Amino acid sequence: MIPRIDIRLLLPVLSLALLLAAVFWLQPRAMSYLGLNLLFNLAVPVALATVAQMIVIMVGDIDLSMGAFVSFVACVTATLVVDTPALGYLALVAAILGYAALGALIQARRLPAIVVTLGMSFAWGGLAVLLLPSPGGSAPGWLRALMTAKPPLVPMAVLASVAIALVTHLVVMRSAFGVLLRGLGGNERSLGKAGWSPVLLRAAAYGLAGIFAVLAGMTLVGLSTAADANIALRYTLLSIAGVILGGGEFTGGRVSPVGAVVGALTLTLAGSFLSFLRLSPDWQIGAQGAILIVVLAARLLFARRRAR
Amino acid sequence: MKAATCLALTTALVVGTAATADTPDKRIALSNNYAGNSWRQAMLESWEAATSQAVSGGIVAAADAFTTAENQATEQAAQIQNMILQGYDAIVLNAASPTALNGAVKEACDAGIVVVSFDGIVEEPCAWRIAVDFEQMGRDQIEYLANRLPEGGALLEIRGLAGVFVDDAISRGIHDGVAAHPDFTIAGSVNGDWAQDVAQRAVAGILPSLPEIVGVATQGGDGYGAAQAFEAAGRDMPIIVLGNRQDELQWWAEQRDASGYETMSVSIAPGVSTLAFWVAQQVLDGAEVPKDLTVPFLRIDQADLDAALETTPEGGVANTEYDLEAARKVISDAAS
Repeated sequence: MIPRIDIRLLLPVLSLALLLAAVFWLQPRAMSYLGLNLLFNLAVPVALATVAQMIVIMVGDIDLSMGAFVSFVACVTATLVVDTPALGYLALVAAILGYAALGALIQARRLPAIVVTLGMSFAWGGLAVLLLPSPGGSAPGWLRALMTAKPPLVPMAVLASVAIALVTHLVVMRSAFGVLLRGLGGNERSLGKAGWSPVLLRAAAYGLAGIFAVLAGMTLVGLSTAADANIALRYTLLSIAGVILGGGEFTGGRVSPVGAVVGALTLTLAGSFLSFLRLSPDWQIGAQGAILIVVLAARLLFARRRAR
Repeated sequence: MKAATCLALTTALVVGTAATADTPDKRIALSNNYAGNSWRQAMLESWEAATSQAVSGGIVAAADAFTTAENQATEQAAQIQNMILQGYDAIVLNAASPTALNGAVKEACDAGIVVVSFDGIVEEPCAWRIAVDFEQMGRDQIEYLANRLPEGGALLEIRGLAGVFVDDAISRGIHDGVAAHPDFTIAGSVNGDWAQDVAQRAVAGILPSLPEIVGVATQGGDGYGAAQAFEAAGRDMPIIVLGNRQDELQWWAEQRDASGYETMSVSIAPGVSTLAFWVAQQVLDGAEVPKDLTVPFLRIDQADLDAALETTPEGGVANTEYDLEAARKVISDAAS
């Protein structure tokens, strides 16, 4: 069987390739082992957060607390995990369980996820400030070693991105569990009729998202070597944009894990591209938005042509 | 005239006393995390003014300024990594966070790049730090008030943006000062967020609950707002320590002319960015520079008011810019 190349994936990959070519042209120095690592290492936590957001979007919700939660995890990692590892890891597990409980609550009480997660963003932010009132902490040694590792031939950042895409693809697209979760976003009622508990499923989806978000916070600390309570606030919008850029849709059930990772890389690269262009900062946010709109418009055009 | 000084300096460099002056091919970048207030605007202008002369004088090859689109540490870390890729020899840094950029700063140091942080400094040990003794700035205010008001009284404290390290440090200094002068009490404390309108609202809100206030300790950018609030409430004008903003100096001059009002004004000169530039140039030049430097703050007393007001642009902040000689003096003072 010839593997069907998904148009949903083609566009994000093309935009990334185009952007990468432009960056190499502007800054040939980037075309090296060290260069690629510098371009993409901060994309690793963004990619993990984007995957977490994708899982939430997959079940038909949206998570506005992603940035605050990743910041909170970063604070836990930079303080508790270093000082009292047992307590630290326990706190991280508790945070994941907390995320799962949130999913259960949203399903059981039929609450709008957008409101619950917006509320939780203040809770996570408050906890982060309590843990780390002023910026500081340090990265656990193994984490720092992992994030600055120099594997032969392929830089760590590229290797990590491929691994994240592969694992997520297997879990979401190829496992029975993934099919159930996508079904929850697509057609919750039929799942219920088939005897599955939507409460448990949504809890599982949020728990899975929590795991990826925790990994995002930990890798971020591995890169920055310290944390503050506001370190990842941008991740909320970045992760949502990454999912959509990577071919996901808000309608639930329609996502592309590989696309989400590619989307996160594209967004990170767009920032570097604009900086190499020496564009004034006043224009940069607008230009980032413009890149997003161009890609989405291209997708719409493709989708229309296919429908014809 | 400035160009002439600059040329003379270049010549002095070429002739060379202690340093070898091998920086004409070096490129320096400024990584700045925020440009949204008058202080930061003045800081960028000072950088532009000082570095364009240095570039045209052939002291360095380039001195480009970059500001992140959003005031976020992750974005600034990416910006620093981009600068490494662009092959800059030195990065001058006003950091969004003292710790969250450590990883990126370490990458830069490992790539052989000189990193000089100022104002918003970074903790990574491989970087140079040009810090301001914010606690001293708080203590000096109380010292001044104690001189003016030997019998003491109730003070109002206006703080900055909660959770920012600068706010913490200045406030600690103010409280230290009050502890050393027990005749003073801090009757109330509000957050003015370093903005006149916020300070005015906050002070207006707390005033009705306060006894007679004899002095106001501030953090800069909030004194004029406080004065407006006192005036609107019809209360006696206390001694408000100001923060070098043009609107504050203007108000001070008006009050002085009308009623002989006396106070002092203190803040950091945004021109500290030019000091950071020269420090980076000196390090590239092979000079011995201690990792930790302290800049004096810029204080304006009654006698200096007219001169300061004359040189401060409307909507701006009183400023001092550093040239190479001044920077060398700061370095040698720190070394001794």
